[in-house]
Parts: sequence; C-alpha cells; structure tokens
Amino acid sequence: MQLSGYEGAPSTRLDATFAALADPTRRALLARLIEGEASVTELAAPFEMSQPAISKHLKVLERAGLVTRGRDAQRRPVRVETKPLSEAAGWLDTYRRTLERRFERLDALLDELQTRPKRGVRRRPRRTPSA
Amino acid sequence: MRPDATMTVDQPTETSLVFTRRFKAPPPLVFEAFTTPALLRRWMIGPDGWAMTVCEVDLRAGGRFRYVWAKPGVPDMGMGGTFVEVDRPRRIVHRELFDADWTGGETTVTTALTADGDGTVMTLTVQYGSREARDGALATGMTSGMELGYARLDEVLAA
Repeated sequence: MQLSGYEGAPSTRLDATFAALADPTRRALLARLIEGEASVTELAAPFEMSQPAISKHLKVLERAGLVTRGRDAQRRPVRVETKPLSEAAGWLDTYRRTLERRFERLDALLDELQTRPKRGVRRRPRRTPSA
Repeated sequence: MRPDATMTVDQPTETSLVFTRRFKAPPPLVFEAFTTPALLRRWMIGPDGWAMTVCEVDLRAGGRFRYVWAKPGVPDMGMGGTFVEVDRPRRIVHRELFDADWTGGETTVTTALTADGDGTVMTLTVQYGSREARDGALATGMTSGMELGYARLDEVLAA
C-alpha cells in the first residue's frame, strides 16, 4: 500500500524475520517454543510432518535468528529468540505511527480547508466548519 | 458503531488488509485531499525529515500517478501506479507498486469514502498478490496471533 516504507528498504534482518514468519508451520513452531524449549522430535509430534521437514523449517527460523539450538549433543533443544520479533514489532510500530501522523496532518489540512477556503482549491458551497 | 478518528486495521481475507478511519470533513473534500497534488504534498509525507518531491496524478481510469519521497542522506523512495476506477467523490481503485517492491508485487488499493454525519469514513482496502505478500506486510500481526504477549502488537492490530 502507499503508506509505508519511509525508513528506507527494511534491513536484511527484518526481511529474514518477515520471510520466516510468513509460513503457518513456522508460526506454529514458534508458538510452541514460546512455552519452552523443545527437541525436534517433540516439536514434530503435533504436526503431520516428517522430522526432516520440521528441521527444514527450523533452519529458516534459525537463519532469521528467531530460534537457536542448544549444545546438548543428543537433544539439541530449540529455543525461541525474542529480539528479532521485538525489532519487527518496532518496525510495524514505526509504520503505524507514520500512517497516523499522516492522517493527523490530513485532519489539520481538512480543518484548514473548511475554515479558510483558498483559491485553487475546488470551490464548494460555504458550510459550517466541523469542530 | 461508526469508526472514530482512530485507525483500525482488519484482515477480512487471507490476501487483504483494510484500514478504516474517520475524518471530520465531507467526502468531496476528503476526495480532493486524496487526489490533488497540491494537497497531497501537504499530508502524504513520511516521518520528520522526509519531503514529497514528486507528486503527479492523472486522475482518470487508466491514468497514472507517481510519488517520490526524499530525505537527505538516504535513498529516495518512490512508488507509482495506475488508476483503475475513479468515482468522485466516493471511490478510487488503483494499482500500485513501490520501486523497492517490498509488498511482493503490485497491490490493488480501493479507497472508499462514505458520508458519516458531517464527516467521512474512509475504508482503504489493500489487496495483495498472495497470502505470503500480505503476511509479509503483517508479519508482526501474526506474532500477536501467536500470543507472544507483545501488548504493543495487540494495540497495533486491535486499536
């Protein structure tokens, strides 16, 4: 849409975060990991997917920095990392604030146009300014 | 209940986002503000430091528009597109694409203006090319759906 992107192209890291989140399985995996770390076997259990398929999704999440793997050689538990999510949230927040500031400017402009019609602006019948 | 000056964001389908906001001016004036370059330059700008350097609008079905924003020290940001439907002062449909294409291809944007007392309710529907494109634009909304507990995200989506 036309109301965003003012901070320049999102950083590569944000791109990776958003791409990683743009998949229902990966979002479900993250939702599970929010509750606590888990092994790949444990993560795969509720899904009708093979462990290799789950591992593939985990790699995407890992590359985006959204999860890390523990050192325990046997289990290698997967943990969620919240920092990239916070960064993504900050980005959307900026985006929304940009949008709101724009519309607040438009509010002010509309007020001005209604109280002091200017030449060059489409002529309208005189009306009571709305407060 | 009618929307007030607070913008709301909805996801009616898997490939769209709908932004709703009320303005305290009648539809013809809001329509002017959305389509007249001299007026667009006054409000359709980014955060502090950004200026709209190009604003060209050929307001007719098939006509094109082009916006560029600039800020010292960073690359310009541009976008443009084509009007599909122009129904003054009720409705504008256009296709748009950012030069940097961060939306995953062209989006179709419908701006509907409905009289609401002495004001106007604007409903901006953005139709993305795919669910992935929409989700990319709304990625943080999904983290909210995962109940991560980011109160801020809930505000963003529920406000």
